[in-house]
Amino acid sequence: MSTPEHPDFLWRTPEPKKSYDVVIVGGGGHGLATAHYLAQNHGITNVAVLERGWLAGGNMARNTTLIRSNYLWDESAAIYEHSLKLWEGLEDDLGYPILFSQRGVLNLAHTEQDVRDSVRRVEANRLNGIDAEWLGPDEVAKVCPIVNVSDDIRYPVQGATYQPRAGIAKHDYVAWGFARRADEAGIDIIQDCEVTDFVVDGDRVTGVRTSRGDIACGTVALCAAGHTSVLLDRLGVRTPLQSHPLQALVSELLEPVHPTIVMSNAVHVYVSQAHKGELVMGAGVDGYNGYGQRGAFNVIERQMAAAVELFPVFARAHLLRSWAGIVDVTPDASPIVGHTPYENVLVNAGWGTGGFKATPGIGWAFADTVAHGRPHPLVAPFALDRFVTGALVDEHGAAGVAH
Amino acid sequence: MQLITCPWCGPREETEFRYGGQADLAYPADPSALDDEQWARFLFFRDNPKGAFAERWCHDAGCRRWLRAVRDTRTYVFAETRPYGRSTV
Amino acid sequence: MTRVEGYGRIDRTRTVSFTFDGVPYTGHPGDTVASALLAHGVTTLGTSVRLGRPRGVVGSWTEDPGGLVQVEEPFPEPMLLATTLEVTDGLVARGVAGRGRLAQVADTARYDHRHVHCDVLVVGAGPAGLVAARAAARAGQDVVLVDDRPTPGGTLTGTETVDGRPATEFVDAVVAELAAAPHVTHLQATTAFGHYDDGFVLALERHGETTGRSARQRVHRIRAGRVVVAAGAIERPIVLEDNDRPGVMLASAARDLLHRHGVLVGREVVVFTVDDAAYAAALDLHGAGAAVRVVDGRAQAPAGWAARCAAAGVPVEAGTDVRGTLGTDRVRAVLVGETRREVPCDLLLVSGGWNPTAHLFSHVGGPLAFDDELVGFRPAAALPGTTVVGAANGTFALADVLREAGGADAPSAEPEVITPRRTLWRTPGDPARQFVDIARDATVADVARAVGAGMTSVEHVKRYTTIGTAHDQGKTSGVVASGITAELLGRPVGALGTTTFRPPYTPVPFAALAGRDRGDLYDPVRTTPVHHHHVAAGAVFEDVGMWKRARYYPHPGEDMATAVLRECAAVRRSVGVMDGSTLGKIDVRGPDAAVLLDHLYTNLMSTLKVGRVRYGVMCGDDGMVLDDGTVLRLAEDRFLVTTTTGNAAHVLDRMEDWLQTEWPHLRVRLTSVTEQWSILAVAGPRSRDVVGRVFADVDVSNDAFGFMTWQDTALDGVPVRLARISFSGELAFEVSVASWYAADLWVRLLEAGAEHGITPYGTETMHVLRAEKGYPIIGQDTDGTVTPQDLGMSWVVSRKKPDFVGKRSFARPLNSDPGRKHLVSLLPTDAATTLPEGSQVVAFTDRDPEQHADRGVLPPPPVPMLGHVTSSYRSAELGRPFALALVRGGRDRLGEVVGVPVGDQLVAARIGGTVLVDPEGARRDG
Repeated sequence: MSTPEHPDFLWRTPEPKKSYDVVIVGGGGHGLATAHYLAQNHGITNVAVLERGWLAGGNMARNTTLIRSNYLWDESAAIYEHSLKLWEGLEDDLGYPILFSQRGVLNLAHTEQDVRDSVRRVEANRLNGIDAEWLGPDEVAKVCPIVNVSDDIRYPVQGATYQPRAGIAKHDYVAWGFARRADEAGIDIIQDCEVTDFVVDGDRVTGVRTSRGDIACGTVALCAAGHTSVLLDRLGVRTPLQSHPLQALVSELLEPVHPTIVMSNAVHVYVSQAHKGELVMGAGVDGYNGYGQRGAFNVIERQMAAAVELFPVFARAHLLRSWAGIVDVTPDASPIVGHTPYENVLVNAGWGTGGFKATPGIGWAFADTVAHGRPHPLVAPFALDRFVTGALVDEHGAAGVAH
Repeated sequence: MQLITCPWCGPREETEFRYGGQADLAYPADPSALDDEQWARFLFFRDNPKGAFAERWCHDAGCRRWLRAVRDTRTYVFAETRPYGRSTV
Repeated sequence: MTRVEGYGRIDRTRTVSFTFDGVPYTGHPGDTVASALLAHGVTTLGTSVRLGRPRGVVGSWTEDPGGLVQVEEPFPEPMLLATTLEVTDGLVARGVAGRGRLAQVADTARYDHRHVHCDVLVVGAGPAGLVAARAAARAGQDVVLVDDRPTPGGTLTGTETVDGRPATEFVDAVVAELAAAPHVTHLQATTAFGHYDDGFVLALERHGETTGRSARQRVHRIRAGRVVVAAGAIERPIVLEDNDRPGVMLASAARDLLHRHGVLVGREVVVFTVDDAAYAAALDLHGAGAAVRVVDGRAQAPAGWAARCAAAGVPVEAGTDVRGTLGTDRVRAVLVGETRREVPCDLLLVSGGWNPTAHLFSHVGGPLAFDDELVGFRPAAALPGTTVVGAANGTFALADVLREAGGADAPSAEPEVITPRRTLWRTPGDPARQFVDIARDATVADVARAVGAGMTSVEHVKRYTTIGTAHDQGKTSGVVASGITAELLGRPVGALGTTTFRPPYTPVPFAALAGRDRGDLYDPVRTTPVHHHHVAAGAVFEDVGMWKRARYYPHPGEDMATAVLRECAAVRRSVGVMDGSTLGKIDVRGPDAAVLLDHLYTNLMSTLKVGRVRYGVMCGDDGMVLDDGTVLRLAEDRFLVTTTTGNAAHVLDRMEDWLQTEWPHLRVRLTSVTEQWSILAVAGPRSRDVVGRVFADVDVSNDAFGFMTWQDTALDGVPVRLARISFSGELAFEVSVASWYAADLWVRLLEAGAEHGITPYGTETMHVLRAEKGYPIIGQDTDGTVTPQDLGMSWVVSRKKPDFVGKRSFARPLNSDPGRKHLVSLLPTDAATTLPEGSQVVAFTDRDPEQHADRGVLPPPPVPMLGHVTSSYRSAELGRPFALALVRGGRDRLGEVVGVPVGDQLVAARIGGTVLVDPEGARRDG
């Protein structure tokens, strides 16, 4: 339960060079993971990661650290399962104690339709080789005794899907682990360096304009999450992204009480207990577009009602801190990864609430995409042109669970 | 948790309203005349500015009228609200 | 005992008994667990989370980083500060090792919410808040004054004078004036913990466990025209070696404990300060009988204070510092100066200056900047609607505070000269033993390690060291951590900034935020007017949206399957009745009503004749099925539209959206009449007999009352609408009546049908019957990715209309993909297995290619999926199980056998058309 020993050295604070082969815009989890895998898998190290604020200070610092791969559609399951497999070896790969703990996730069903959707997802997961089970209420109570499975709640628990390999990890340490490896490989991680515009030559971008001067580059890899639209607007490239506040919160440190992760869409909350002992919770996005990194309090109140409804023993736990990130969501709740009309500008965005769990997987696949200049098969289904053809990967309509 | 000024009801709690996304996206006069790309743009592509944004809100739990607002997405502050589809109140 | 006579605002005439760590103690009303324990000489309350070192009280209120306790009785509550927990009879508490414990049973206490609107909200009832509230009250404004401590007055101890009188008298006078003023609400023990836009402030009022109030705690949702933040300031420590040892406290805390609770925390006291305010603590403790010595870290002690100390006999040593403490569980000496001279003491008071409590200013985006004179972060710009006054604004001299907060009629106080503070975050020493955050066992060495690792941001340092993340959210440690980080980086602290203040200001129980929204009040429960009859009939209910719908009506000994088979058979062979009142109903009225509906439905509604009914489908712009239902044309300019139960509000919202924002020129009005009309469906070959009997004046013959028509009639003068609509394929009538009369109508239908064995049936039977006919349930057989064509319902998509919502999307490339999923039926070849709903559909692989079997071989993953089972039932009519499924290219594969994995088995099932019962449609007319 104690905090791990961090390495003595994490990263340099270099001055930006005049030019790089690859400029990664965004020093969050995805940008840092992309940098790491560019170096490790492809030997590409003349790379800069440009971060407008402090490293991994956006959504990477603000998520609820849930990791799972029990998505409905083949395309989503493939990228998230690839990611989960990488998570399973990540402590060794990074040489960093990221506190990855596979404690399983329960996705609760509260209505008959929830049950149908849950079974559908479990069966799809099994056929895709992903660990998944359907549990009845009694089995739910065995996995997580503090869930109220009795009939005295408004929407009684009808059962749950269970993915035992799901888990949590310490978000900051994951980011620092990737950053350290990237730095070791010679990649420049440059903080307080905001990309404000691009230097364009025909259908290519030859450099980025930043708060610390122009930087020339061969390829631009956008990993800017909620700020992606703002950046692509500079290039006149439109995306179907919308940025929303998403709030989360923690309690004080508590003795172990919650052994797994529980998510519920009908009684809307998701909760796990972190290593130190705090309960970490989230719920739905605030409805309006917003870059303010704060949301409305009624969302928190509703989340607390849901938490106490499902976990009566949480009544006198205390809300210690709440915050918000900026999630970029797409019309089908699936990401946008791949090429843009500018041949050397690649985009990775739209992960909504799924970004953290995808971190190693998308870093791996995006690095491959950047290195080879063509979409890796894992990201090919998430191309921008799906909105034109209609080949959406509709995770909210079908899967119900979007976090 | 803001107060949003409904053009009909006055300032009301944010929780009474429903968000409707970007404003002023007219339904195409003849959708069949659009190619797939143009249709996709109408269907899915919306502005997502960091700053002033003209958007739709509905006073759902009040008068149920739609309104057009201009709001700053950084500060969330409303610069104006007016009845939808009219240039003046 | 360390209690001093003549001090304290506790009621010494009464005694309360409580238990701490298994030992019984006494205290007085007005005591906190901290003050009562300190009065008994108990200084160690728990142990630290990481190192297991002893922890005691450092502050005297919510800023305290050290004195965490667990309440066990009257009800377990984790991680409360001993300094804020009032002692009550029977309280059982214990010290914690950094973590709390939740109760194992549900909390039955009540928590309430209250909405409050006011002109001015004043946060803090110290001198600044009191005069600000008084000024607003005198101006005739609606005022709410909240203060987090049990009693008003803030830091005023009674030693000050205001308007020439003792400050406590001034406090009493203002409180009395506010109490007498109209439109003033004054709440003590109420913490404003979050500030949101447009003057919205959340405040938690605590009533305690035993006060007899209906609610234990209450959250006030305050909407204020103006928010005055008068929340004071929090003293911060100076970091030195072994400063985590019990017996090291903030100077203000010791003073507060003396004046509030009459507790003298030490007898031999060293005060180490770089700020004037600690001198007051030194003199007050001296006056109460302690031996006090001041060590002033500044080059020179302030002349005025030095003179007062000299007069009182309090030694003052300036230009030196305290480097560390000695002792085991409690300080026994401090080490002074470079020589580390040992000075015996049982209490070290430190004062490193003050951090304005500007949290509520910061919550709404108010910027804080480092003020070199203050040596702290303070509000740096004006914020509309929010005013920060007094110490929260960095104003400390009482006279200045009163003037800043009170305006024109501010009272006066003695002028003070405040000597410049010195910036001193820590004294020289071993960084590994210098605690920056004692709640997290984080030291200067940890900060140095973070900086050495390459970190340059306070946010990184916070995350690396965990400083400021404990219960107190860094109230005393946050700015110190910024200061030390800045020193290590060689940068000004102002440039580095500090971490962001986030709500809540102090911890708030989950249950208080949940309020009454639990159990049946978590979400409204909607029931139909017939609900009590369903309950009486023993119905099992299901949740559909907020509605409770009768799912089936088991007879004694029946399980669901048996009951549903019985109900299905009754409808197919005789007659059944179902409460369909939950269906959404929208009255669409106006000259352009038909135009609007033509836009919104995939089929034509304008051609529908008055008196007739048409089934319709609505799609989203993306061409995916959104909802379906029947449309009755009531008049040329009036339609009644029904929607699915769960989608009613959404459909109405969508219709309003199109009407108001896209086609405002259409003259149409939309009105929800879901709750005004109840619908009872009478279905089965004998339904005509039943309906004809109840409504004897209506000719219910097929010729007079055709399928998909409606007629109005009356029953005992009550208007009733009859419609020939069938969702089962059987002869059926929907009987609609104003909801007042629905329960009575239900009874009459049952009576009239008694001779035919009329059977109430629920949603499950309704689902089976419609599935036998291949009618989809939107939301069950569709999932937002299904078009009408996918459902085999091209007939409901108009080819005549130039456009309707969704039409253009049908022409997208993906919609002509032959691999799209179609709705088909699946019949398990063993005629026995009920396929679980949600099962996936895959290719069937025979065990033995020579011999077709009902069970196949499931290959190892990944197994390509062809679709999934959307609905699956046992059919009384077919005498076997059947299913509906969405299957890739399904309509082109009729007759083929596919596999459905069920558990470890691969069940063979044959694809068929969706209409399994009465494909000719012969039964609908009876």
